[in-house]
Amino acid sequence: MIFFDNVSKVYSNNSVALQNITLRIQPKEFVSIVGASGAGKTTLLRLLLREEEPTSGKVMLDGIDVSDVKRRYLHHVRRRIGTVFQDYKLLPMKTAYENVAFAMEVAGKSDEEIHEDVPQSLDIVGLGDKADHFPSQLSGGEKQRVAIARALINRPDVILADEPAANLDPINTWEIIKLLQKINSLGTTVVLSTHDKEIINNLDKRVIVLDKGIIQSDKENGKYLL
Amino acid sequence: MFTTFKRILKAGSLSFVRNTWLSVATVLVMSLMLFVMGNLIFVSAFAATALKMFQSKIDVTVYFTTDAQEDQILAVKKEIEAMPQVSGVNYMSKEQAFTDFRDRHKDNTFIASALDEIGTNPLEASLNVSAQDPASYGAISDFLVKKNYPIVDKINYFENKDVIERLSSIIASVRGAGAIIALVLAFVAILVTFNTIRLAIYTVREEIGIMRLVGATQWFIRGPFLVSGVLYGLSAATVVTLFFFPMTWMASPKVALLLPGFDLFHYFLNNFMQFFIVMLGSSIVLGVVSSSIAMRKYLKI
Repeated sequence: MIFFDNVSKVYSNNSVALQNITLRIQPKEFVSIVGASGAGKTTLLRLLLREEEPTSGKVMLDGIDVSDVKRRYLHHVRRRIGTVFQDYKLLPMKTAYENVAFAMEVAGKSDEEIHEDVPQSLDIVGLGDKADHFPSQLSGGEKQRVAIARALINRPDVILADEPAANLDPINTWEIIKLLQKINSLGTTVVLSTHDKEIINNLDKRVIVLDKGIIQSDKENGKYLL
Repeated sequence: MFTTFKRILKAGSLSFVRNTWLSVATVLVMSLMLFVMGNLIFVSAFAATALKMFQSKIDVTVYFTTDAQEDQILAVKKEIEAMPQVSGVNYMSKEQAFTDFRDRHKDNTFIASALDEIGTNPLEASLNVSAQDPASYGAISDFLVKKNYPIVDKINYFENKDVIERLSSIIASVRGAGAIIALVLAFVAILVTFNTIRLAIYTVREEIGIMRLVGATQWFIRGPFLVSGVLYGLSAATVVTLFFFPMTWMASPKVALLLPGFDLFHYFLNNFMQFFIVMLGSSIVLGVVSSSIAMRKYLKI
């Protein structure tokens, strides 16, 4: 469902972020992309979101060439992908409920639908009772969970998590990863980018190792060996 | 669809209201421009009325020498009446002229005593020629001049014509100057509104980033800024139109002194709808144009 077809990304000052990446991700997979900082993990995810465009090659999402979509229709692509980032990217002036609802408002959903779905989403991530808290009143782990609730709200095909636990302590890290596993088990493809060895080795899922823009290995039940 | 529109409306209005002082400043500058434009409209109306009034006062008056005989004058009158462009000729004898003059200045003792001093009637008889079409006065006057009647002292068309031409050109320059001032102010208003929207975009840049990520359409992101632009225009038009109510009411009597028969306040009231629509139209266009330019430059989506 996600297909990187010989994708390369070179930045204008001749720095090569990705080189000839060919990679397929099937629906309902849980894939981890690992590598040192600067290996190209974030670039890969940004290409999928069309935050960047490939220098060569094609990025396909369900048969659609993401890099070829007109700017006007990009929103359709982006609504099918839920994103979770290291810095949460929550709106500070909105409550947890409002942050999640925002994603639905943007998608043109009615107030009734929002009223129904948002509490559910917050429940899935275990924040049902903190719906009216502002981000400043939440811990890092809770903030990330709000971000995940938001990522889930429009029932995306795939969740991209870019180092979601990088700013969290080990326990919260585990909570978040468990949450992502739960979401995956419910049928959503999850693509996780991380440089945390422990997470990878404990997940026992497909691992793609990136180094200097090239796929070093791609194994089911992979391990991150340094 | 409608929900989305409502949300865009709400976001735009919120932005307008939250940046209160900024919005006030922007609306003020726009109002200034509209104010000048409004005055231009009034000046135009005033000038048009004045011109018409003067034009209706154009006529050709033929003055005869004091020793001209009445039958000679009446003969000339017949000739003039025969001209096809002439709609009528009015004869005023020198006696009549004298009586009128004395009556008009009866409160002026100096003139009254001067008249008594002179003893004889210094005024001349005259024929006042009216034409069907004001354009033909020139031809009529030329004709009479060429005729060179010996008893004719002077024909005063050219003096009036001169005044009227001068008046027309003054009016044209005032209109032109006013238009330039209005244009300059429009430019300033655009700049100020542009800056305000730019600031608004910057203020919510984080939100915009997240909107993009989460799949907002381009119009969902742009919409609120256009709404803000429209709101600035709407507010400015309303402020200025409301302001013109007391202003025209107070200025009206003073203007009537200058040009009797022109009631500024009533002109404003009678043409209120068109006036408001013109103000509204221009200010909203201004707001939307400034918004669009600011978005093109600063909104990367």
